[in-house]
Amino acid sequence: MPDWLIILIKSAILLLVVVTTFAYAMLAERKVLGWMQLRPGPNRVGPWGLMQPAADAAKLILKEDLTPRTADPLIYRLAPFISLLTAFSVYAVIPFGASNAGVWAIGTPNAGILFLLAITSIGVYGITLGGWASGSKYPLLGSVRATAQMISYELGMSLSFIGVLLLAGTTSLDGIVSAQEKWWFIIPQFVGFIVYIITAVAETNRVPFDLVEAETELVAGFHTEYSGLRFGLFFIAEYVNMLTVSCIASLLFLGGWNAPFGILPMVPGVVWFILKVAFFMFFYMWLRATLPRFRYDRLMAFGWKVLLPLATLNLVVTAIIVAFLGH
Amino acid sequence: MNPYGPVAIYLVVALAAALLFTFLPGLLGRAKPNPQKQDAYECGVEPTSAVQGRFPVRFYLVAMLFVIFDVEAASFYPWAVEMHALKAFGLIEMVIFIIVLGIGYAYVWKKGGFQWR
Repeated sequence: MPDWLIILIKSAILLLVVVTTFAYAMLAERKVLGWMQLRPGPNRVGPWGLMQPAADAAKLILKEDLTPRTADPLIYRLAPFISLLTAFSVYAVIPFGASNAGVWAIGTPNAGILFLLAITSIGVYGITLGGWASGSKYPLLGSVRATAQMISYELGMSLSFIGVLLLAGTTSLDGIVSAQEKWWFIIPQFVGFIVYIITAVAETNRVPFDLVEAETELVAGFHTEYSGLRFGLFFIAEYVNMLTVSCIASLLFLGGWNAPFGILPMVPGVVWFILKVAFFMFFYMWLRATLPRFRYDRLMAFGWKVLLPLATLNLVVTAIIVAFLGH
Repeated sequence: MNPYGPVAIYLVVALAAALLFTFLPGLLGRAKPNPQKQDAYECGVEPTSAVQGRFPVRFYLVAMLFVIFDVEAASFYPWAVEMHALKAFGLIEMVIFIIVLGIGYAYVWKKGGFQWR
């Protein structure tokens, strides 16, 4: 088989895996939330509720697709597409494991992190345009808030990566993972890790930073007017972004597919990677069941006055250590 | 193959998948439009005023600050990767840069640029 065909098949399989993971992450979230609130969660469709994602998908596809009279029809339809496409695109550079044959990834470009940041920044457009083009008040407010929140927290996020880059000396994701064979970067970069986790939750618009869709004040925020599968696309994008964030946190701070302290050498690296990603996904659900929502002025002040200086300070300290002690 | 070759192929597949998802609702969803359904949602009442109104200038300020600080963050990347080679020289250069930036940051803080009121 020619090279490009193999990559094409790999890409299709990877996308299927991502979409399936989304479906079951959603079910897992409802189950976990259920247990945390002492109720069973979805349990009617299929054994143990396992067919629930299929039922939801069928329902969303068959629902009527509404476009408000006041909406800008082209941009209104384009916005969920942008969100979904950027959410999917990130997986082109994310490595999942390594064997003697090489790194398990679609592509391993040198500028892996830069590619990630560039693509995820485009994701903001989906939410901004979606709310703006709806021609309705709640979505407009939701999307303006969302844009301000996401660009503010993006600063802290891109600065929190720099400590890792200083230690690893490369922007390629597999290079960063192999630099962590001895020490996971969560130990020397603990502050960077905390800043990344907080900003990442804000970037994906999840509790406690879900002001974008604060039901109590904005109905459903930027996607109030969307129905059927078009709403579903935003929903898929949100969950796929959560998965992306979990992957990046595992790769940059938790040693990717490296086993903790080199234990159990017979377990393939990809298993460790999946465990770490699953932990972060659980962490998201745990947050959602535990924390109340932030107030908007505090959210913005926290981003600009706490996270930004903290990330910069972390970067300077790391740079001093690297400059005088090497790595 | 060029390292970006596989990335390009993946992006084409992702584009195809996203297009499929985008056009499905038009093909399968049933459409029974009526004027009430096509109104913008305003908690059940008829829309009372035009959507395009005034909104706080704060958001505009945040956007401008973002551009400044994001360019700063972007300029850290090449420096961070080369830090092992640059050593003390790179450190001094960057500390000067951060001090200049810090003065601007302190100014914005004092002027209340981060205050949401």
